[in-house]
Amino acid sequence: MTAVARTTVEPAAAPSAPRPDRGGRRLPRALHPVAWWVWALALATAVSRTNNPLLLFLVLAVLGYVITARRTEAPWARGFAYYLYLALTVVAIRVVFRAVFATGITPRDHFLFSLPHVPTPDWYAGIRIGGPVSLEALLSSATDGLRLACMLCCVGAANTLANPKRALRVLPGALYELGVAVTVAISVAPQLVQSVQRVARARKLRAGRAQGMRALRGIVVPVLEDALERSLRLAAAMDSRGYGRAGSATRRSRRATGALMLLGMCGLCTGAYGLLDATAPAFLGIPAMTVGAVLCVAGLRLGGRRVTRTTYRPDPWRLPEWAVAGSGVLSAVLLFTDLGYDPAQLNPTFYPLTWPGLPLVPTAVILLAGTAGFLAPPPGPVRKADAS
Amino acid sequence: MITFEQVTVHYDDAAEPALRDVDLTVEEGELCLVVGHTGVGKSTLLGAVNGLVPHFTGGTLYGRVTVDGRDTADHPPRELADVVGVVGQDPIDGFVTDTVEEELAYAMEQLAIPPTTMRKRVEETLDLLGLAELRHRALYELSGGQQQRVAIGSVLTAHPRVLVLDEPTSALDPTAAEEVIAAVTRLVHDLGVTVLMAEHRLERVVQYADRVIHLPGDGHARIGTPADILRTSTIAPPIVELGRAAGWSPLPLSIRDARRAAAHLRSRLTGRTPGPVRPLSAQDRPRLLAARGVTVTYHGVPAVREVDLELHTGEVTALMGRNGSGKSSLLWALQGTGPRRAGTVEVADPHRSTAADPHTVPADQARRLVGLVPQTPADLLYLESVAQELDQADTESAAGPGARAVLDRLAPGIDGATHPRDLSEGQKLALVLAIQLTAAPRIVLLDEPTRGLDYRAKSALIGIVDALAADGRAVVISTHDVEFAARAADRVVVMAEGDIVADGRTPDVIVASPVFAPQTAKILAPLPYLTVGQVQDALLPEDGRETGP
Repeated sequence: MTAVARTTVEPAAAPSAPRPDRGGRRLPRALHPVAWWVWALALATAVSRTNNPLLLFLVLAVLGYVITARRTEAPWARGFAYYLYLALTVVAIRVVFRAVFATGITPRDHFLFSLPHVPTPDWYAGIRIGGPVSLEALLSSATDGLRLACMLCCVGAANTLANPKRALRVLPGALYELGVAVTVAISVAPQLVQSVQRVARARKLRAGRAQGMRALRGIVVPVLEDALERSLRLAAAMDSRGYGRAGSATRRSRRATGALMLLGMCGLCTGAYGLLDATAPAFLGIPAMTVGAVLCVAGLRLGGRRVTRTTYRPDPWRLPEWAVAGSGVLSAVLLFTDLGYDPAQLNPTFYPLTWPGLPLVPTAVILLAGTAGFLAPPPGPVRKADAS
Repeated sequence: MITFEQVTVHYDDAAEPALRDVDLTVEEGELCLVVGHTGVGKSTLLGAVNGLVPHFTGGTLYGRVTVDGRDTADHPPRELADVVGVVGQDPIDGFVTDTVEEELAYAMEQLAIPPTTMRKRVEETLDLLGLAELRHRALYELSGGQQQRVAIGSVLTAHPRVLVLDEPTSALDPTAAEEVIAAVTRLVHDLGVTVLMAEHRLERVVQYADRVIHLPGDGHARIGTPADILRTSTIAPPIVELGRAAGWSPLPLSIRDARRAAAHLRSRLTGRTPGPVRPLSAQDRPRLLAARGVTVTYHGVPAVREVDLELHTGEVTALMGRNGSGKSSLLWALQGTGPRRAGTVEVADPHRSTAADPHTVPADQARRLVGLVPQTPADLLYLESVAQELDQADTESAAGPGARAVLDRLAPGIDGATHPRDLSEGQKLALVLAIQLTAAPRIVLLDEPTRGLDYRAKSALIGIVDALAADGRAVVISTHDVEFAARAADRVVVMAEGDIVADGRTPDVIVASPVFAPQTAKILAPLPYLTVGQVQDALLPEDGRETGP
């Protein structure tokens, strides 16, 4: 008889509990979308000030760093590459145009190549097509394009970092309807695409041999009917769920809102023009901007009074938001004040051809904007589409 | 809670009022079912509760509708949003936001409920409807049952006293439908919510109803207990038909009650073999289609996995399975228009002796081999009148019978001048089927034709399918409707995750299944009866003997 082997029951190793953080680490959360937009637009304004390719490349590097550090896994956060492609296209178009519509060449310029000259009629003499192209011309057009591309990338960065839907939600009450329309349009677009695919597939079942307009009709009619019925059902659903409940709006207050907004927008546009165009008279800049902003705020306040609505889980505005928005605004302000550096270094010339200098203060200022990469809290953990 | 006083609703373009002198009261905490055929005014009645009729739809409402003391004449739908929650048939159409959590909060945002209360109610509703794991998911990637639960939750967060549901389960498979119905009954029992629900498939809900509003079709409405109303109504689920046939009183409405009442009936039927549901045709049915290893994938995700299937002449096959189990993908792959990653499909070509693959031949030839009616038949219709559609169908198919003749056989009496959009779901289906049949395919595939059909339209569809099979065609119908499958199909194929998990004669496959068994089978198990018709046939000679000399 063999002894039964004694089995010792060992307690299963307790799964090691995650070690608690001992302070210091910030809670992951999404930064307020407006903070990102303020930061990005301020940086874009700063970019508009300079033509120095080294500084422009530095801005691109800063954008790249902040985006890789603080973007989420959401679909819109993967879009920055497309903005880069767009930026490249802008530069390329600029350079090609400059080469084709050449403005001639002086003996001191470095001759690069020559395009066949297309003779233009006398009445069209202002524009030359083709001819010799100089290195200086191409370089200056490339930096010009680069500046535009940089501003584009700033907007792209804002779109990548901030959830566009949450950005719409912070719209003031008076513009709420606009926000809803955009949200609905965003969610309806993919449904429309699906609808088109479904009908196109169904068309094959009938083996319609129609071509051109007739075939198009076979797809457009069912898709539009579908979309129309769907939008009616959506409108009914929104109505039943309390969308557009009456506030206290009178005809007069609506008109006043409209007038205030219109004037305010005019003020803002004039102000932006005055600020960005260095040759514009001074009163068009900051003062017009301020007046416009005040009028807009008044209009929005007035319009918002007729809306009674609350927001679910509003994004908080705390220290990190102030820090990120502040770092952007500060860099823009510093670049506009011309403190401690020669303004000529911001816009170096390629005539004669020289290597642009890297002014110390603007470099520091742009790097300051880059601190947003660690001033912002880390984005939330990946929310996977869990299998359930 | 809801009162209708002498309510008449007349739409401007209609000759007759949709509702006429309706007087009814629904008490608090009742689950009230609205039944009636398509087009008798069910939606009008439901819409009148929160003022969508006539504020949104137009038309004139005479009389008075009050909900929780508020008159809908003075309160448009948005002002009633805190009292009445409305959920439509297609939840995805009513979604305004794109994630579960935001959708739940939407109605509360409109009602200006304080953020802290909102947060609390969203969490409670997530738990109440079992949506907690889905809170951050995008709405479009949820299954049908989950979407419908979100839609119910999204109106519940406003704490309405009344919930109005317009066919909440019509697009759902049996399991998902039970999920939704369970959530609704829980609301009624635990929270005392008053529910007014329209539903075509009474077998799913009638047992939970406290009262039933029956719209017979002349604009009037009758309200009463389910047993009273269903004893005489023209609409009845199989359980009620069985009860009427067996003469049970009181009329049982749940399977449990019916099984108790059926003890005597079961002993009477024991030892007899039930007659066939459908007349048996010749045993040697030539094979029309042979599919081997058919595989369909979308972005690398398999929808259909190496499926083998054979279809024979004169055979009606029901294709069943959950939403998303690959039924549609399989049908489209068999027809040849849909994608197919691997496998072969061979269809016996009537014009030649060889077999052809519908995927490789041109579309107009594939159409002559296999005809498919898609899930939304209206996708195929784009002209202004039925007559134009039929003419177009005739020009599209060189040979074959005239489309008008086919349509008259399937659904007689459709006016040629009617706009296709104004047809009922059943008529649209018949029209598209007629268009597809002009190409004279010997295999006909119907993708979820029973969706949105009432009992009468379903019976008509069974007649159509029988006629197609009698002509020697092979018919495949994908459906969620087990009662329909029991009555219409010779053979049932069940799919799950792209595989065929069961394939056999209808009685063999569905009698033993807890999900797919029809009500008659559940009541009379272990006797292999599937439909009320079989039971009636079995009882008939006996009754004849008893009443004879």
